[in-house]
Order: sequence, then structure tokens, then C-alpha cells
Amino acid sequence: MIALIGIMLLGVATGLLLRNRRMPWISTAVTILVWLLLFLLGLEAGANDAVVRGALNLGWQAIAISLAATLGSAGAACILWKYITGKKGKR
Amino acid sequence: MKGSIVIILFFIAGVICGINGWIQPPDTGYDISFYALAALMFFVGMNVGHDVDTLKGVRSADPRLLLLPLMTIGGTLAGCALISLFVPRTAAECLAVGSGFGYYSLSSIFVSKYCGAELGTIALLSNIFREIITLLGAPVLAAVFGRLAPISAGGATSMDTTLPIISQVSGRDMVIVSVFHGFVVDFSVPFLVTLFCTL
Repeated sequence: MIALIGIMLLGVATGLLLRNRRMPWISTAVTILVWLLLFLLGLEAGANDAVVRGALNLGWQAIAISLAATLGSAGAACILWKYITGKKGKR
Repeated sequence: MKGSIVIILFFIAGVICGINGWIQPPDTGYDISFYALAALMFFVGMNVGHDVDTLKGVRSADPRLLLLPLMTIGGTLAGCALISLFVPRTAAECLAVGSGFGYYSLSSIFVSKYCGAELGTIALLSNIFREIITLLGAPVLAAVFGRLAPISAGGATSMDTTLPIISQVSGRDMVIVSVFHGFVVDFSVPFLVTLFCTL
């Protein structure tokens, strides 16, 4: 995984060097790779009996975590918003 | 939105092939998915480096707004830590899923790579839900938690898929903050997901 992060940083450096060029194909490449990888993730999940049998259960856990994550971040944003608007004295 | 549907269709196609055993999943380790992931990481990085100029406009924003990505990350992790008490998952697993910040494609791939396909599936669903909650709930979030809340709720997607609704609900003046926020949160995803997956 350190290798993967290193590869990403290498990509950032390459992107910075080439930033004056238009490269619309990058997004296309990203999209195709995401399709391939999600197909593979689906393949792995589908071949795993425990995942298939527990699909409904996994769905509820996913909803619970996403609600907690969204509300947690909204709450934190609220604190920053109150801090900023409070100092300016307007809302 | 159309893009997300195509992505989900690819996942569903994979699930169907997997259930019926039409195609065997590749062995874990240094296989095709690793090379595809390495290529993906390279291009994602390249996109970030290439677009870095668009961030220059953020200099004109209130400097305190630059703290927003940190609030999003902290708030998300706090929420996930709390919910881990109520779902049959360890705190580290919940934090790994939450660290996708709505970036479901990359985070689910990372999570499945390091924590297995089961948690990877939860990561995919959970981060898709986060995007949907933001798209549908942005007006309510803004009314209850203030104009920054839809940006934080959008997480890593605040620079692309949820940007139009954020611009509508939070105001045009928040667009550059939203892009900056998405940029920083986006960049944190691989680091945080691998961190929590290895705990």
C-alpha cells in the first residue's frame, strides 16, 4: 500500500510537470479503470457466499455508517460556520 | 449521476458473474487488480497535479474556510467512531468505510484490497449513500447546520458530482471553497483508508 501511495505521488508530480497541456484522456482512463476494478470487486463479492447471504445486513450497516458520517461532518461544519458568522456578527 | 449508474452496473455485472461462477475472481496478491489499481492511482494523482491551478482562486476566500476539510474529516471520523458502538463492526472498520468521504470508487477498491470483499461492499454502498444523502438532503442540511454543511456532507464529491447542488443551496460564493474542500478530502482518502485498514 505504501507502493500505491508512492505511485499516486508520482502521478501528482507528472501532472504538475504537464499542467500546461490539455489531457482530457486522463479522466477517460480513470473511468475505464474504475469500471474494471468495480467489476472485479463485484466478482469477488458475488463469489463470496458470506457476502451474498449477508447482503441485506451489509446494506443496513452501510446506511448506518453513511448517516453517521454525513451527520458528523455536517455537525463539524456547523461549528465552523457559527465561528465564522459569529465573529462577523451576521448570519 | 449517469456516471454513477454506469459504475454501479459494472459492480452488479461483476456480482452476477461471481454468483453464477461464470468468471473466477483473480487470486489476491500481485494480480490484474493490483496493476489496474496502481494505474488508477497514477492517473488520479496526475489529475490532481494537473488541476492544481484551479485552486488559486481560494486565496480570495476567508482563510478560516480553509479549515473546512479538517472539520469534515474530524466530524466524519467522530460520527463513524460513535456508530461503531451500534453496528457489528470494529471501530477501525467503521472508520475505514467512513474515510471514503463519498469517493466510493476508489475507497471501496482500497477497502476490499486490504480488508476483504465484505467490508469493500459496505464501503461501496455506504459511500454511494453518502453522495445520495447529500444530493437529496442538501437544502435540509443547509437549513439545519448552515451553508457549509452541504459541502462537508459531500466530502470528496464536493468538487464534482455534488458541486451543482452545493452551488444552488450554499451559494455561488461557496463554489471555490467547495472545490478546494473536495480536493483536500479527495487526497486524504487513500491515506486514511489504508491507515484504518491496517489498524
